[in-house]
Amino acid sequence: MTKIGVITFPGSLDDGDVQRAVRVAGAEPVPLWHAATTIGEVDAVVVPGGFSYGDYLRCGAIARFAPIMADVVHHAGDGLPVLGICNGFQILCETHLLPGVLTRNESLHYVCRDQALTVERTDTAWTNEYETGDRIVIPVKHGEGRYVADDATLDWLEGEGLVVVRYADGNPNGSFRDIAGISNEAGNVVGLMPHPEHAVEDLTGTPGTDGLRFFTSALQSLVG
Amino acid sequence: MARVVVDVMLKPEILDPQGRAVQGALTRLGLAGVSDVRQGKRFEITLDGDLDADRETVLNRLAEELLANPVIEDFTVRVAEQA
Repeated sequence: MTKIGVITFPGSLDDGDVQRAVRVAGAEPVPLWHAATTIGEVDAVVVPGGFSYGDYLRCGAIARFAPIMADVVHHAGDGLPVLGICNGFQILCETHLLPGVLTRNESLHYVCRDQALTVERTDTAWTNEYETGDRIVIPVKHGEGRYVADDATLDWLEGEGLVVVRYADGNPNGSFRDIAGISNEAGNVVGLMPHPEHAVEDLTGTPGTDGLRFFTSALQSLVG
Repeated sequence: MARVVVDVMLKPEILDPQGRAVQGALTRLGLAGVSDVRQGKRFEITLDGDLDADRETVLNRLAEELLANPVIEDFTVRVAEQA
């Protein structure tokens, strides 16, 4: 069975929900501890949301130096599928696996709501089960999700088609160009602020199961 | 003993919503003519012994890699005290 590692840092919150989403998608979740020096025998890794190290200094700035992250960066370079959600996205930006940075929401308010997104890049390890242009609704919940990069980086992201998901029907945090999630060029590393793991089962009501395909996409990309 | 001060500020072109909120509060609380507020971070680092060239190199590197994120922040490193 495909094994997907889920990292837990001190202060992670959504590691349990991601493990559940992985199971619902039909893979085996493997808990990974931040202090481990290797990811072991896993086929993909998810860096989940929460408040690693209390968000001290900057979100993700300390988690970036956790022992396990060096191994994640190493394997990401070899094509390992890596998904960063919310705080995980912040950590992937701090490690420079993805460009840019997430800053305090423009409104200064913590935002928690169901959010419409447009899926733009579908040839990644995490979005290949979507169609380009799909409109999906999954929750956002963050105080520091405003994607910021310089114009040259933003133009490069758009030109190369690396924007994976974009906010639709209103931008919750002031992100530049309504960017909700991006990928690296190879498409194996994806980071996004919204939480697909919170939208994988009908039982939890709205917003439904629009997030599940992030996880089934990983299975698809690994099994073929 | 040496003491080093690292100041970290958002780059001028990056919106500082916290600074803007503080600006509003200052104005509301009676300070006239506040045209801008920028909020930053200050680190005061105390070191045992002298700050030799090797440690200064490491400190400068970590200021860039850990204390500041050069994508959005500028920083300065200054030796405040060298005993």
